[in-house]
Amino acid sequence: MNALDPIDVFENQRPFGSRPKVAVWKFASCDGCQLTLLDCERELPALGEAVTFAHFPEASSARVEGPYDLSIVEGSITTAHDAAQIRRIRQSSRVLVAIGACATAGGIQALRNFRNVRAFVEAVYAEPDYIDTLAASTPIADHVPVDLELRGCPIAPDALLRTLQSCLRGCLPRFAADSVCMECKRRGAVCVLVARGEPCLGPVTHAGCGALCPGVGRGCYGCYGPKAVVNAPALRAHLPGEARRIARLWVNFNAAAEAFAREGGDAAQDRG
Amino acid sequence: MRRRIEVDLLSRVEGTGALTIAVRDGRVEAVRLRIMEPPRLFEALLVGRGWEEAPDITARICGLCPVAYQMSACQAMEALAGVVVTPQIAALRRLLYCGEWIASHCAHMFLLHLPDFLGFPDLMAMAREHGELVRRGLRMKRIGNALMRAIGGREIHPVNVRLGGFYRAPDESALRDLQPELEWGLGAALETAAELGRLEFPALERDYEFVALRHHAEYPIVEGRIVSSRGLECPVEAFDQHIEEHQVPHSTALRARIRGRGAYLCGPLARINLNFDRLGGAAREAAARAGLRVPCTNPFKALLARAVEVTQAFEEALELVRTYVPPRPAAVAPRPVDGVGAGATEAPRGLLWHRYEVDAAGRIRRARIVPPTAQNQAAMEEDLRELAPELLHLDEAAARQRAEWAVRNHDPCISCATHFLDLRVERR
Repeated sequence: MNALDPIDVFENQRPFGSRPKVAVWKFASCDGCQLTLLDCERELPALGEAVTFAHFPEASSARVEGPYDLSIVEGSITTAHDAAQIRRIRQSSRVLVAIGACATAGGIQALRNFRNVRAFVEAVYAEPDYIDTLAASTPIADHVPVDLELRGCPIAPDALLRTLQSCLRGCLPRFAADSVCMECKRRGAVCVLVARGEPCLGPVTHAGCGALCPGVGRGCYGCYGPKAVVNAPALRAHLPGEARRIARLWVNFNAAAEAFAREGGDAAQDRG
Repeated sequence: MRRRIEVDLLSRVEGTGALTIAVRDGRVEAVRLRIMEPPRLFEALLVGRGWEEAPDITARICGLCPVAYQMSACQAMEALAGVVVTPQIAALRRLLYCGEWIASHCAHMFLLHLPDFLGFPDLMAMAREHGELVRRGLRMKRIGNALMRAIGGREIHPVNVRLGGFYRAPDESALRDLQPELEWGLGAALETAAELGRLEFPALERDYEFVALRHHAEYPIVEGRIVSSRGLECPVEAFDQHIEEHQVPHSTALRARIRGRGAYLCGPLARINLNFDRLGGAAREAAARAGLRVPCTNPFKALLARAVEVTQAFEEALELVRTYVPPRPAAVAPRPVDGVGAGATEAPRGLLWHRYEVDAAGRIRRARIVPPTAQNQAAMEEDLRELAPELLHLDEAAARQRAEWAVRNHDPCISCATHFLDLRVERR
């Protein structure tokens, strides 16, 4: 991942103290993005010395009251309770980083946004009335200001580590805003779209994975979500294959991301 | 006299849950394991999607065991299409699954469970006094992740799995490079089993019905028939004839029971009790060093069962890497047919069952997924019920810790458990 100049989000306020309080929060998600932190096996013990994990229920029973220097938030907002909770978290956090496709683009559970959620709940539960859920699954930034978003389903471990390292030094990292397609070119992989006619979202998908899917000869399925500036309709016109299958490709793990939803939303409504 | 033991947010488990134990005059009035994880409604959102998407979509149910979801989904779809993968593809799948067992079991043993035995709030604090044990555990976990990366492209939500096999078979050199670390890992697993065997285990013996897969030759990971310690035996597709799910108000997870009987337990303890004779030589050695003998009905000893299974996974992974031949082709591409298919594999936490109805164009008409934690919920509550009288003699903090510990024995994955039931449900 290419680093640009870091941004000073602290706006000349005091930087984090010597042992900042870090909180890790979970909303609707699979836990994979916070697991990424626990998958940093080499760094974890040192990290445990550099920061205080004040709230990290997946990893620790120790809890320290807020306010927190840094809150890392995984998952999307799908209940009224969670919508209130994320506002409380924002109020007690100096810096808030949203991690992963659920927190930044609603996640796979945002497929409900295209359909009637009541019917969804009735399809799954015998007693739908016990279930409290909102009509849409929404990203954290729809509810509170977010200082940094890490993309991906799941996020890349190096992006998370760089975020933590930067925060400890009083800034936030910036990540290159180019596409999976560019990463693929730099990797020297053969283009699966041009050479093999595989539908691939690489040209419009945010970089960060290192072009994993083209690396195994598979088209990108967009799990890092749309990059900042995309011309999705132009790519759509070039994607080969059955129309319904192509439409589905646009709406999966970042289903609430508008640039993708515009291309595939119709397919998501279609239960055929 | 009334007393309530409340844990408002379970820690060192995957997902969001809570528990309440209410006791009155020494009698347990209520035990509730509450699952507060917001529902993500996977079984509904799968309807209308392509059958080829099921492995990647269901992987997102759980970041800790995505391979289990991918494998159960592939198996169900392949059963539906009548496709049998080649032995080389099956071997590579088993190797990938070994990686997940190693990573997931080590995460649970060292990060989530061991701090209870050694009296720490977390691994980070434990590392200060047990540096060598923690370093060894994290290195073992890292090898499991490296194996998943080498085969799947990444350890969480691997990208290389498809119906019928893989997008691309890894090069021999990419896997052979892992051999020295796997050899180290096998030794480390044996050492760990011996060390954990010296821990003190709280006394609790339970009368579980164990449920797991059983295979004619292998320790059950990727395939087998469903068996129980009380005589249940059926093929994977008959699972729902014997096991039913129901909903309770305090949980967003459905709960499973054996029809006409009740709660049962799946997971490492069940697998090892039902399949001890299928363990390899190193894993038996690990069991001997850990002092684990079957039948073993103490849920706290699930820690030892995991240590033995990690040894098994290292032993098998090493052999699979040594004998690896890249499958050619890397996948046996199945064609969709109008029909129904079921699949079951042994996720680290236990039996994971999928069933799909698909139309001739390959679109999913119905999906049903029964994850291990939903199956274990009732058994976990029964554990707490048995423990409750003893908890009354402990102070508040100690009682809470002991109760959480008992839940952690089963490595609940609350994100997995939350969702799901069939469209054809009886309204009660």
